[in-house]
Amino acid sequence: MASESQAKRTVAHTTCYMCACRCGIKVHLEDGRLRYIEGNRDHPVNRGVLCGKGSAGIMTAISPARLTTPLKRVGPRGSGSFESITWKEAMRIATERLAAIRATDPNRLAFYTGRDQSQSLTGHFARMFGTINFAAHGGFCSVNMAAAGLYSVGGAFWEFGEPDWDHARLFLLFGVAEDHDSNPIKLGLGKLKARGAKIISINPVRTGYSAIADEFVAITPGTDGLLVLALIHCLLEAGRIDTEFLVRYTNAHHLVIDAPGEADDGLIARDAAGCELCFDRATGSLIEAKAVGTDPALIGTFSLPDGRRCRPAFALLAERYTDPQYAPEAVASRCGLDAATIRRIAAEIAQVAFQQPVVLDQPWTDTSGRRHPVMTGRPVAIHAMRGISAHSNGFHTCRAIHVLQMLLGAIDTPGSWRYKSPYPRAIPGGPPPGRPVGAPGATLDAPPLGFPAGPENLLVDEDGEALRLDRAFSWEAPLAIHGLMHMAIARAFEAGPGKIDTLFLFMANMAWNSAMNPGETTRMLSECDEHGNYRIPFVIVADAFASETVAYADLVLPDTTYLERYDCISLLDRPIGSAHGPADAIRIPVLKPDRDVRPFQDVLIELAGRLGLPDFADARGKPLYSSYADYIVRHQRKPGIGPLAGFRGADSRAIGNGAPNPRQLEQYAQNGCFWVHELPPEQLYYKHANQAYLSGAKAMGFIEEDTQIVLQLYCETLQRFRLAAEGHGRYRPPERLRARVTAFFDPLPIWYLPLEEAMTDRARFPLHAITQRPMAMYHSWGSHNAWLRQVMPENRIYLHRDLATELGIHDEDWVWVRSRNGAVRCQARTMTGVNRDTVWTWNAIGKRAGAWALKPDAPEFRRGFLLNHVISEYLPGEGGGPPHSNSDPVTGQAAWFDVTVSIERCDAQAPAETSPRPGANPLRVRPVAEGAS
Amino acid sequence: MTMLPKPRPGAKKLGLVVDLDTCVGCHACAVNCKEWNTGGQAGILPDYDKYGANPDGVWFNRIHSYETEGEGCSRTVNVPRSCMHCEDALCVTVCPTGASYKRAEDGIVLIDTDICIGCKLCSWACPYGARELDEVEGVMRKCTLCVDRIYDEKLPPAEREPACVATCPSRARHFGDLADPQSKVSRLVAERGGVDLLAELGFRPTNKYLPPRRATIPAEPPKARTSGGFGAALLGLLDRALSR
Repeated sequence: MASESQAKRTVAHTTCYMCACRCGIKVHLEDGRLRYIEGNRDHPVNRGVLCGKGSAGIMTAISPARLTTPLKRVGPRGSGSFESITWKEAMRIATERLAAIRATDPNRLAFYTGRDQSQSLTGHFARMFGTINFAAHGGFCSVNMAAAGLYSVGGAFWEFGEPDWDHARLFLLFGVAEDHDSNPIKLGLGKLKARGAKIISINPVRTGYSAIADEFVAITPGTDGLLVLALIHCLLEAGRIDTEFLVRYTNAHHLVIDAPGEADDGLIARDAAGCELCFDRATGSLIEAKAVGTDPALIGTFSLPDGRRCRPAFALLAERYTDPQYAPEAVASRCGLDAATIRRIAAEIAQVAFQQPVVLDQPWTDTSGRRHPVMTGRPVAIHAMRGISAHSNGFHTCRAIHVLQMLLGAIDTPGSWRYKSPYPRAIPGGPPPGRPVGAPGATLDAPPLGFPAGPENLLVDEDGEALRLDRAFSWEAPLAIHGLMHMAIARAFEAGPGKIDTLFLFMANMAWNSAMNPGETTRMLSECDEHGNYRIPFVIVADAFASETVAYADLVLPDTTYLERYDCISLLDRPIGSAHGPADAIRIPVLKPDRDVRPFQDVLIELAGRLGLPDFADARGKPLYSSYADYIVRHQRKPGIGPLAGFRGADSRAIGNGAPNPRQLEQYAQNGCFWVHELPPEQLYYKHANQAYLSGAKAMGFIEEDTQIVLQLYCETLQRFRLAAEGHGRYRPPERLRARVTAFFDPLPIWYLPLEEAMTDRARFPLHAITQRPMAMYHSWGSHNAWLRQVMPENRIYLHRDLATELGIHDEDWVWVRSRNGAVRCQARTMTGVNRDTVWTWNAIGKRAGAWALKPDAPEFRRGFLLNHVISEYLPGEGGGPPHSNSDPVTGQAAWFDVTVSIERCDAQAPAETSPRPGANPLRVRPVAEGAS
Repeated sequence: MTMLPKPRPGAKKLGLVVDLDTCVGCHACAVNCKEWNTGGQAGILPDYDKYGANPDGVWFNRIHSYETEGEGCSRTVNVPRSCMHCEDALCVTVCPTGASYKRAEDGIVLIDTDICIGCKLCSWACPYGARELDEVEGVMRKCTLCVDRIYDEKLPPAEREPACVATCPSRARHFGDLADPQSKVSRLVAERGGVDLLAELGFRPTNKYLPPRRATIPAEPPKARTSGGFGAALLGLLDRALSR
């Protein structure tokens, strides 16, 4: 054995990809082999720390589940029988198939990617291909948070915002278990703890971050919105709100037209020039809402020049939430809490916000030209994620949280929640979803995922029915800005080959833990018509590992691991920016693949070149880029703007906006594979109205205009959809959806019982059922990792000890968990830190026998289970009509956490293994056929 | 029997201080420890049945989560557990070969695997379960306090700390000299009332644990009004002149 001193030791910097956090890592190699991975101390995301997943990257890099060669299916779909083919053959099959689709109807390609972080590339591919049927993981993860944030404040929890860890004195954590995100939240919690700030966790389950909270509020799932509206009720009742923040930075004083039945009822009153109006108490007149030095009214009823009535948006809000139906006493039992707790939390919020403001000795200038000597903030920080997002009322709940923040003056002020630059962006955040222009073979006029500003931006036909496969941007889910990936397979099956020819999946386990109802999903993937043809004609899967989904592919494109390729964490997508400044990053290959695999992005770019897609090939069809690395450097979305913002221009010094720099990747690598622009102190807060910040962001190409981003206390966009449902305008919902749109497109936050819960017989299924992923596996597609599976190779269903006693259930008993959709047999464990009416488990531990190169007797197969089996992608049908998808009616967000269940002990004879247990389908690969080229 | 070193005046007592108020139980320390040590001087930390029915292996650090009960203050506590580098280390004194030893200069307890016979007496003696048998080599294994990092002069000074401390995402782990009352770790222990685990057994562990705390915000909830609508407090606030 070579001693360490003889071995050639090198250290390479790159970016982790064991989950979605994008931490900087230092990879130690000995003679080219992986020795150790540690956090990069200079990196803005993780400051040197690294979680359990990142530390287990070595075992992922050598996982036996890695795919080794392109595969062509030879047995029936789902059987796992493949033959190994060459890349040349694989590319020929893919190119021919896609070229035929593009020549006839590009929308017959449905392209869905998982937790991929190259959506600026994959989305651009879809746009240039000309298919509207593109989406990624967000639709079943966090679109409620993204949409509510981007339509309310021009930023969002997690990706586009973060708590002010350095100044917050009270931190409210809603629905975050051990997730979203990993190391940054842990670093932040450590900072809060070191300063003695109070942490309140509102969550049905006390694990992970909740474990170290100073107060744990065991809320009933799906009722967070009600709690937040009750907190707002208390603050209004006590007059503890920041009215100056409201009139300066939100649309609270904008006048809302009060003309029931008319086409502009509920819209903001504007003058002839289109400027929003307010009522100035100083002059007693209607004036432009953005005018400076005024005394805007927040309550009252005023007359417009045409004689109609109008009221400030705030007045509508205050009238609604001061109603006794939002009093803590009225909502407490539904939330599983007591009213005194809600009132006390409201009092603590008010105490910290208004008695302990943070004042930073830092002058700044606002967008009205006013110079402020200091930055004053309300040190109440909020973070919210999956527990809010994964309910069908999540959009409004998240909006309620943003409204609470606005009322407190706790948006991007010291101590509160802050935008991660390059956010904030103008509301609602971008152009509407792209539409095909011209004949087949043409492109979309904008990226396929966009931001509808009104009914005219929906992707619907003459009858108002969905154009997209997954019905995103239709009246069923108008603001589905991330698509509805959880419906892709079900809708493709439903619609048949006329609508979809090829389903192209990348890094998404859609036949297992990313599917609602995996049994049905795999049936849909493998069912044939009467002629023996698959109802979903062709399935391409690109993945690095032998997941459950690979067995359902007709063509498998094997990807590399994250240590073997270039990647780009781009400002055009979801960069690593923070409140301290914009930042982006790359991955570079630190290992050479030891098998016949290629980075997916290289493959996609080659495919685009072969297809002659605009922006990927020149006018004569010659490919423009040799690789993803080449594309990262030379692609320009518009002049001067490319995938990476750092080291641009001929002298490498341009920031954001500058000519492509051939040495850019080299310079990133020398800089630890990231670029960060530290904002000067003057630009660190009030970014939505901070002139220096906004002008700088415009110069760097992040935003189009450097004008104030007015926070939307009142969401006029929602009212536009509601007016259409009331029969106004040219674009209206089909009759069957009118009542639904009217109900859910309320311009002020509402709370309603989660849709599935409201349609379920609660006497039969009285318990809520939710999932979370353990910290050592959050956002990871490597839970088969040899070290991580030692942490947790099997899961249990957890329930409250009192409930268990009532039901006669003991630790390790086998139980049936049943819902209206199905039943799962699993083992129970009891605990006290859980809402009394909730059961929960760890997600994505259970695996299908044969997958992930685990041995047949692996506990993941035998005792590990998925709750997904009791969750349906459809709601029950109503009145004989077609069922709706199990989604938020505003955004299409998959409503994973709406399911309710019963739990009972299995009889003593029940086998000691989980059920359902679909048959094993391990990959069986025939070697490359003789003579194949 | 193996002797413990005679206490030396001025000798260091290197150890860990683990903050139970901050530990979220994420397993980062445990995995990074395994990763560092399995490729380093400590030699391979074996894994058994990596992809089979009973995945297990040698770990120097394991995390346990407990629910504690109490009137109105039940909570979940995550407790990382590794060698405590005890002053009266029974694992050393029971060792029949001298393989298990405690260093005089810094108090680190180590195993000389060249002379360890894998008899497991030390693991029976250790009340903390900190020693594990390497079934492949037939020797005992345990936390070395990353002795191959903390003295490595090729590393920048800031990186000369155990892997578990360097990687801890919530910064719940601290490393230093507990013999020096002025060290950061000693001050933390003094300020936060750090404790020994199983102090009553008398092995005088060097590692300390900082107990969970509970931050509070004194605030008097206003009384609920009996009817809805804009009350005097809100009307009074809205009546005030504003400056946009």
